Amino acid sequence: MSALTQTPGTDDMSTRAITSTPGARRVEKRPFNFGRWFKATGWRHIVGVIMVVFSCFPLLFVLSSSLNPKGTLTGSNALFSAIGLDSYARILNSPDIPYTDWFVNTLIVAGITALATVFLGGLAAYSFSRMRFSGRRFGLVSIVIIQMFPQLLAVVAIFLLMSSIGDWFPALGLNTHLGLIMVYLGGALGVNTYLMYGFFNTIPASIDEAAKIDGAGHARIFFTMILRLAAPILAVVALLSFIATINEFVVASVILIDPEKQTLAVGLTKLVSNPRYADWSAFSAGAVMAALPVMAVFLFLQKYIVGGLTAGSVK
Amino acid sequence: MTNNVSADVDEPTPEKPSKRQRQAGHIADAASVGIKVLLVKIIALGVLDALALTAIFILLAQREWLVIGVVVVATGLINWIYLGKRKLPAKYLTPGVIFLLIFQVFVLGYTAYIGFTNYGTGHNGTKEQAVSALMSSALERVEDSPTYAVTVLEQGDTLNLLVTEPNGEVMVGNAETPLHPVDNAQMDGGKAVGLDGYTALTFQEILAQSDAITALSVPASEDPNDGALRTPDGTSGYLYVSNLEYDEAAGTMTDTATGTVYTDNGSGAFTADDGQQLLPGWQVVVGADNFVRALTDESIRGPLVYVTIWTFVFAIVSVATTFFLGLFLAIVFNDMRMRGRKFYRVLMILPYAFPSFLSALVWAGMMNESFGFINQVLLGGAAVPWLTDPTLAKVSILIVNLWLGFPYMFLVCTGALQSIPEELQEAATVDGAKPWAVFRLIKLPLLLVSLAPLLIASFAFNFNNFNLIYMLTNGGPRDSSAPIPVGHTDILISMVYKVAFTGQTRDYGLASAFTILIFIVVAIISIISFRKTKALEDLN
Repeated sequence: MSALTQTPGTDDMSTRAITSTPGARRVEKRPFNFGRWFKATGWRHIVGVIMVVFSCFPLLFVLSSSLNPKGTLTGSNALFSAIGLDSYARILNSPDIPYTDWFVNTLIVAGITALATVFLGGLAAYSFSRMRFSGRRFGLVSIVIIQMFPQLLAVVAIFLLMSSIGDWFPALGLNTHLGLIMVYLGGALGVNTYLMYGFFNTIPASIDEAAKIDGAGHARIFFTMILRLAAPILAVVALLSFIATINEFVVASVILIDPEKQTLAVGLTKLVSNPRYADWSAFSAGAVMAALPVMAVFLFLQKYIVGGLTAGSVK
Repeated sequence: MTNNVSADVDEPTPEKPSKRQRQAGHIADAASVGIKVLLVKIIALGVLDALALTAIFILLAQREWLVIGVVVVATGLINWIYLGKRKLPAKYLTPGVIFLLIFQVFVLGYTAYIGFTNYGTGHNGTKEQAVSALMSSALERVEDSPTYAVTVLEQGDTLNLLVTEPNGEVMVGNAETPLHPVDNAQMDGGKAVGLDGYTALTFQEILAQSDAITALSVPASEDPNDGALRTPDGTSGYLYVSNLEYDEAAGTMTDTATGTVYTDNGSGAFTADDGQQLLPGWQVVVGADNFVRALTDESIRGPLVYVTIWTFVFAIVSVATTFFLGLFLAIVFNDMRMRGRKFYRVLMILPYAFPSFLSALVWAGMMNESFGFINQVLLGGAAVPWLTDPTLAKVSILIVNLWLGFPYMFLVCTGALQSIPEELQEAATVDGAKPWAVFRLIKLPLLLVSLAPLLIASFAFNFNNFNLIYMLTNGGPRDSSAPIPVGHTDILISMVYKVAFTGQTRDYGLASAFTILIFIVVAIISIISFRKTKALEDLN
């Protein structure tokens, strides 16, 4: 079909070239031609629709089964056949499922980890960006090399270390949120430092100089100027760390033992470990409640996230 | 001064500041430190030192000399860094580096050490702990044991027995400390009923804790062969003696009932001549045993090899499929004339915004063989074994990972595509290049230069994509012929987790040996890929 409607010399490339020139208005005034429209942008809509269906149907499935008052997986197959908030009430009130505990634990652990990661990474990035000292290059390179070893591979050693720490200081050892946060902070440097280091380098050093002449010390420059000027990258690192911590399963499952101490990732996974017998609607309701805030923040900030990721990688 | 704070890493410091300049810098720094900053610093260091002191006292009680040494040195170093005037970079680096050293560097070294031990189920503690555990597990009541009057005492969370012997002597002890005489007990008609510093349990409390009390056995003396005192009811106790007899000098355990002699032959457990072991054993360094087992034991090497191959296939195919779909979509939706691009874009990146552990669980539900949405609704009741057939499960994992990963690739490809100047394309078109040639010869190489690091990062991420595997198939279907809990879709990292933390026997030693082997593989790949990236950059 497209071959028939193709006017000589107007292939895809040249139409684009014409529309992007100032004389393009003349082209738009031509009468609507379905074939031409389809060749230029129409087929793109077909791809778009297919991809949107592929992307969204699992999400619609969760939403639908969360609204389904019945509990099982089979009962959830007829999309939006029944609508009610029973399963939300069920997961929030069930004595066997400490969902609200999981939610609060996750927010606490992920929130503190994100803030501390930004702070520790920012401190390190500031010294790498603004100071010259022996071992600086070595430090930057070795941070990256150490980070190549994924922390979750060492989960056995982490478990044994935390259980000995727990024998000495029960407040920091196994089954404590503080202990889990400390383990996560082991990865606070690394990629985060690199992302922030790249951004700090784009802040002109002359600003520091001017502040120094006015009598500001390094601490004041760091806390009152650099951190504020670098707010976009700090937000990106905080968000990435926040989302990564929410998704983290291995270390959390090994360190947190009591059900009411666990995080959403550990708790919800155990909840549907056998989807056949699980209360699937209650799980879906829990999933929707857990995902909505994360998705909202993510969509709101996604432009900056992508910018931050690509900027860091190209450098 | 300005070039002193140059922004480029590679540029060496052009000139060192003169002595006067440095002095001026210090004076300015000192003058600018506000009283608030100073106060915060003093309080923070004070809190840290107080915590360190507390920690040292706790560790002193446990006689952990090595750990005390580490705490002392670390605290000293931190005080030295923050109280001094110089060492400015160290002040900024120390907080992050402390966590890095403990939870990355130390943990890596510790993993290597565990790889050389037999640590795991049945080999958890020291030899002394194993001996006393064995002795107390084989305890049997002595038939002609006298009856001891007993009072259960509580101190903190620990239960103690206060024992009045038939001859009137009063002793106290708990599961850890053997019975020892005391002389200040409160007596009631010839029976000791209380002791300073302890709380005697009431009848109701004894009932409430009856399980713990009947399980309590208090060693009669330092010599485990003397037996232990136990109380079935919380008021009277009897002597129990172990069926096992421990000979410390010879390092043997003898079963008095059967006469079998178990010897300590260095393998971390008492072993009889016929190879039968008494468990629990204890932790010993077994040298390269775990590595030898992993690489030569046919039943372990087989799974290790196919899991390694699948890990590579999974990571490479995942990166390739997500990248090409993402790139294709980026090209499709990079046309300014198209309406509603933003609408499509937002809907397509939703899978990326949805927390990934939840997505994997949701897909596991949808792909369920008998109840899942895909079989029941989309395929009209077919029973396709999406997650239970070895081959189909692998395909399912790749499909789900495509769903999870393409939005990210779409976003970064769009960004990279838009940063390529239009003029290049126009120039090529004027020279008569076809669109496909323009894409293949100009755009793709430029894209690859800026996206190569992200592709490598994506490969590394998928190489260790534990969540997807564990939550979608849990590594299944299980390979029943292997002695370790491994399945057909397990990748290396999930195999390590299963060997270490699931199943009847946990084998930390073997899991750590696997970890070290994986680390060697990862390190080699990283070095090669770093070199390749450099080569790509040189093209530019």
